[in-house]
Amino acid sequence: MSQTAPDAHGLFVFGATHRTTPIEVREKLSLPKPTVEQLHAAIARIEGLREYAVLNTCNRIEFYGVADTPAAAARMQEAFCQHQQFPAEEFAKYRTTHVGPAAVQHLLEVTAGIDSQLVGETEILGQVKDAYAAAQSRKSTGPVLNRVFQKSFQAAKHVRSSTAITEGQISIANVAVELAGNIFGKLDATRVLLLGAGDIGEKTAKAFRSRGAAALTVSSRSLDRAMALATELGAQALPFEHRAEHLAQFDVVVCSTSAPDAVILTGDVQNAMRRRASRPLFLIDLALPRDVEAGVARLENVYLYNLDDLAKIAEENRAAREAEIAKCRQIINERAAALWQHIAPQVTGEARATDTPGAR
Amino acid sequence: MLANFADRTWLWLAAEFYLVGFLLGTWSLLRGGRPLNVAMYALIVAGYAMQLTGLYLRGMAVGGCPLGNTFELFQFTAWSAISLYLVIGVTFRTSLLGYFTSCLAAVLTLISLAIPAWDSSRSSGLFGNNPWIEFHAALALFSYGVFGLLALTALMLQLRNYSLKNKRVGGWFSFLPSLYDLDLISVRLLVFGVMLLSGSLVVGSVHWVQNTESVHWPKLLTTVTVWLCYTIALALRLRGQLGARRFAWTALILFALALLSLGVIDANRRHPAPAALHRT
Repeated sequence: MSQTAPDAHGLFVFGATHRTTPIEVREKLSLPKPTVEQLHAAIARIEGLREYAVLNTCNRIEFYGVADTPAAAARMQEAFCQHQQFPAEEFAKYRTTHVGPAAVQHLLEVTAGIDSQLVGETEILGQVKDAYAAAQSRKSTGPVLNRVFQKSFQAAKHVRSSTAITEGQISIANVAVELAGNIFGKLDATRVLLLGAGDIGEKTAKAFRSRGAAALTVSSRSLDRAMALATELGAQALPFEHRAEHLAQFDVVVCSTSAPDAVILTGDVQNAMRRRASRPLFLIDLALPRDVEAGVARLENVYLYNLDDLAKIAEENRAAREAEIAKCRQIINERAAALWQHIAPQVTGEARATDTPGAR
Repeated sequence: MLANFADRTWLWLAAEFYLVGFLLGTWSLLRGGRPLNVAMYALIVAGYAMQLTGLYLRGMAVGGCPLGNTFELFQFTAWSAISLYLVIGVTFRTSLLGYFTSCLAAVLTLISLAIPAWDSSRSSGLFGNNPWIEFHAALALFSYGVFGLLALTALMLQLRNYSLKNKRVGGWFSFLPSLYDLDLISVRLLVFGVMLLSGSLVVGSVHWVQNTESVHWPKLLTTVTVWLCYTIALALRLRGQLGARRFAWTALILFALALLSLGVIDANRRHPAPAALHRT
């Protein structure tokens, strides 16, 4: 066995994650969909590998397996590196490996979102479920991985419901959407205007769209760009020079232009508010220099948040989530220990038995 | 043993349950946790049942609706607010409304119990054996309970506005409902309260036109003023001329005035107009 191979058998996980691997390397390690079946076919042929599942997200590529000998895990890595045309020695620099109870603990932490780049994010649970479903459909899981994965889903749900790990949004776009929820409740009657075609503005508009905003309108200093973005987002386009007169029609205005001066003036908002009766207006200024005059914040029923405000809230939420990690780990430790006790005879017993030459 | 409890004992117990609900809510918020909505709701329901028992015993003793002195007026107002909360709290699932309601109920009931003078005497034969007058009084007091709950949603609206304007949306501010939901609930409560008070005044006026000396002018003026203020606030709100924040301030100030008006109404009972005195 080469030195670069993971020293793992029984229940193991090896892979590369955002913790140890820079994005430019993760890009190279990410499994391409068109050829992934070739890799699975190669892994399925590995002798001594009883069960396996692959978790491939933008932040991690991980191989979970139950093997009778360390050679099986080594060959699994070899197949992966060959498929990715990535040097095994290079992969070994970024690789992390967990064996036995540590592998169980790791999967539970991953599924609960506490190993994620954005701590507490919930998308990972769906990704792990997809990875497990794919492994099941390939019939590459068995009694050990079935139990470990299913228990990890239960643990993730328990962690979410009994701690504050998922509370408070931690991305600028989601913080903006959450704030809109604090103002308007459900967003299904909310009309959103996106001023400017900046990347962060576009992300925020997409976040509003995904949360069910009633209508989205794009307005940019370049009408062509506004039309293109509107088409992409399934929105309407509004000529930039008409923004002030139409302001009263919108509940949320996301500004991300690169204009050197303010494009939303206090007078514009005052006029709009006269026509909005008692309905509030939420202005999200993501531009630098700022797009909205600071005086707007003093108007009644108008709520103005700039990039710093949103970043501060995101940071506070992130810190609050970090503070919950210890509580989450305690829950996961207990569950992982109990789970390992249950599966250890299946994993270690059989592995030890097959150490005997000719057993398999 | 429970059967031997006097009406005031039940009302004390109810007040204590409301107080425990408020303290439990304060404790859970201070430790940074979620509001204990289910526990809060259970405590309020238990307090409500005890208050209902106390008011029932008092009603049986006086042979009618217990609205004969300031103590009873405060108790009935608190009971009305809780009655409505038990419906709204489930329907709207507004976080923290239970906390604020238990606070209002604890304050109103404990103050009324802590001042023995408010319950040392009561007007007898207050309604002249006329069930319509009793209905008028009960309806008016129930509308005050609705306005009490409106004051709470208005207070929550002020807090939500403060949190959004000052960019303090974390901590226990995160458990407040949205501005829109609070505004919607407040407007509905105002509509309901004005309808009840209007109905009460219509019933009362039928009796009053038959004997205009039966009611002291201060009581008449106070009651009509309270009704007029709430009606104007409703009209301005529905026409969009009263923004959410000003509407919330108005609801808070008007409820304070409504509570003060109870003193004038009670004084009218202690010194009934000659015609009314003659009749009872």
